[in-house]
Amino acid sequence: MSVPPGDARFLARESYIELTARERAVRVLDPGTFRELAGPFDRLTSPWLPLQDIVTQADDGVVIARGTLEGHAAVVASIEGAYQGGSIGEVSGAKLAGALELALRDAGRGRPVRPVLLLETGGVRLQEANLGLAAIAEVHAAIVALRRHVPVVAVVAGVIGCFGGMSLAAALASHLIVTRQARLGMNGPEVIEQEGGLAELDALDRARIWSLMGGEQRYATGFADALVEDDTAAIAAAVRGAFAHAAGGTPRSERVAALSARLAAIDAAHPPEPAALRTLWAREGLT
Amino acid sequence: MERLSFTYPARQAVARRVHVGVVGSGDLEVLLEPSSDAQAHVAVTTSVDGFATVWQHVLDRFFARFDAAAAIEINDFGATPGMVLLRLEQAAEALRA
Repeated sequence: MSVPPGDARFLARESYIELTARERAVRVLDPGTFRELAGPFDRLTSPWLPLQDIVTQADDGVVIARGTLEGHAAVVASIEGAYQGGSIGEVSGAKLAGALELALRDAGRGRPVRPVLLLETGGVRLQEANLGLAAIAEVHAAIVALRRHVPVVAVVAGVIGCFGGMSLAAALASHLIVTRQARLGMNGPEVIEQEGGLAELDALDRARIWSLMGGEQRYATGFADALVEDDTAAIAAAVRGAFAHAAGGTPRSERVAALSARLAAIDAAHPPEPAALRTLWAREGLT
Repeated sequence: MERLSFTYPARQAVARRVHVGVVGSGDLEVLLEPSSDAQAHVAVTTSVDGFATVWQHVLDRFFARFDAAAAIEINDFGATPGMVLLRLEQAAEALRA
């Protein structure tokens, strides 16, 4: 039985979404260059989770790796979505912030390191509350400082997506790559339903959720710079391309006038439907 | 959460470290490294209490065919016995590779 060409391409591709955080970092870096820092055998685990009867992971859910991208020195921080929803605690947050701060130090010494964030996170780890939030603030500050020297490239692919304080980290990145399966937003659907009620958003209505915060919608409205398929090779290529194209230009988060104009165009009493928002907030207006 | 430990006799030395798996729902991570003595040691931390006997059976079965002097740490998030055995076999395979 012959396979239709489209299906053959689908079957030949390696899903990025299905990879673990470590596998993602290995695949994104140049082949054979992955070198992990503060890895599982260093056992930097959360001191807070066992106190709450929660099993720790030896890397606290964040993989930091040095390697190269097209021969240029690079550092990849990859969040494991399967561990505690990719949530950011004291240790995992310190690993993320530390990696970016070291890259900043290197950039300041004229040895730029290309930073890549592979995000898959519900945001702060509630069991570690303020310590996680403090770490996320450090991540934000480090991205803003670092992107003056070198583009900071982020990927949100799914299935978790990127929420809470870490959605701000994605928004601060110089270049954001998403898939159609990605979701990006300050509050996740469950939180919105819990706080705003079922009339505001049905957290089980997947089509509705993706129409509002899915990767395609975020790309169409200019909040992401590239929309790629769930294909490891395509994502690795998009990361490389981002460093070639993201240099220069005003970061999205500093385009305050354009963003303010967007808000002014919205009547909060009658918010636009997702399709209308694509016209109202066309990506050309922001990119 | 429960912590369990097991010891098995060993005959071969372990030359390297291996890490497989994720502490995700129904999954576990295995950290395997050289043991400090001539025995194999397993330290299990599991989110599910009361299954020490099942852990004993699963590990007995694994060590019936594995005789390396490894210090194995398992961080488990509710994996089934079959999943535990698969992850251990994966670690053993990575050790041989």
